[in-house]
Amino acid sequence: MSYQHRKILFDPIVDNNPVILQVLGICSALAVTSKLSTTITMCIALTIVTACSNAAISLVRNHTPSSIRIIVQMTIISSLVIVTDQFIKAYAFTISKDLSVFVGLIITNCIVMGRAEAYAMKHPPLPSFLDGLGNGLGYSALLLVVGVIRELLGSGSLFGYPILPLDRDGGWYVPNGLLLLPPSAFFLIGMIIWVVRSWKPAQVEEPEYQIHHAPRPEVAS
Amino acid sequence: MIDLINLFIKAVFVENLALTFFLGMCTFLAVSKQIGTALGLGIAVVVVQSLTIPINNLIYQFLIRDGALAWTGLSDMNLSFLGLITYISVIAAVVQVLEMFLDRYVPSLYNSLGIFLPLITVNCAILGGCLFMVERDYTFSESVTYGVGSGVGWALAIVAMAGVREKLKYSDIPDGLQGLGVAFITAGLMALGFMAFSGIQL
Repeated sequence: MSYQHRKILFDPIVDNNPVILQVLGICSALAVTSKLSTTITMCIALTIVTACSNAAISLVRNHTPSSIRIIVQMTIISSLVIVTDQFIKAYAFTISKDLSVFVGLIITNCIVMGRAEAYAMKHPPLPSFLDGLGNGLGYSALLLVVGVIRELLGSGSLFGYPILPLDRDGGWYVPNGLLLLPPSAFFLIGMIIWVVRSWKPAQVEEPEYQIHHAPRPEVAS
Repeated sequence: MIDLINLFIKAVFVENLALTFFLGMCTFLAVSKQIGTALGLGIAVVVVQSLTIPINNLIYQFLIRDGALAWTGLSDMNLSFLGLITYISVIAAVVQVLEMFLDRYVPSLYNSLGIFLPLITVNCAILGGCLFMVERDYTFSESVTYGVGSGVGWALAIVAMAGVREKLKYSDIPDGLQGLGVAFITAGLMALGFMAFSGIQL
């Protein structure tokens, strides 16, 4: 694998993370992370859909008139999501019940659309496939961090296996119920953004993503 | 009737799409910088939501669900695997028609909503609302109520968020937390506030 391909594949994991830097795909990042098993299923599903849709869209990119490109992309993505959804329903039914609507919502997940529009429409299939894979992995990396923290501290277990003995079973750990509730995901991702941006100060001000850029406040002196 | 009012209140406050199911988060964080634009987007979402959910409900009841094609004589037909692609097409079509309608008859509203309308097609709050409608098996009247209620709830959340962020830009925030980071934490605090509504019933 050439240097360039490696860069396409691994760049989105920290340096150009789709969730915390490109602000894509936040909805599901927050909603499925209260248990690790749903988190992993969602990560795999999204990575596969993004990679395959990027490759497929890039294959037809020269035959798609730009006026109907959105609907073409939508059709390709929703077909892939339907296949994934049926697959999860067939082989992991309980997890699919836990994920409820969120597998279907991969269709409107901005990572898939965003990468199709920003990358796959302009590049050949192989780099597009790698780009999709890389962005899926970047999304998965963030989700796994949030998922591990929430399940470990919220219910003292990982994948449902007890790790920290709970006090109600005679152990020492008092679970923090807040981490199982929706708001905790916001706080955790906010904190992760803080950590990553302190580690890589280049991400603090990113003029390319002007829409999410808040100007430095004018402190009255 | 009381059931419907209950459902409405539940959709607006208890099961707020933005703050308890995190739907439409991308636009929620990106377009909540000013109250004016947030309000415009909120109104557009209410309109689209209250049109698409009932339409999708009819399609689901009479075409897609298991045994729904009994009126054509095909009683053992189950097209529910086509659900996702149908709902997203309906949403895209409704948004497109609405855009053309507003352009022709209400140009002032069209100009103020302009850029947000196409954005709504890929707003997960709309598709999410449709999928919740299917999952909970709402009847037609329930789906109308749920559509309006969930749209109003989302609009309420984004306008409140914009209000907070307008004040927030005058505060001194650590470098790494600037912009997106603090927006997440604000949304988290708002979600905590909305949890106070849980359990409310008429």
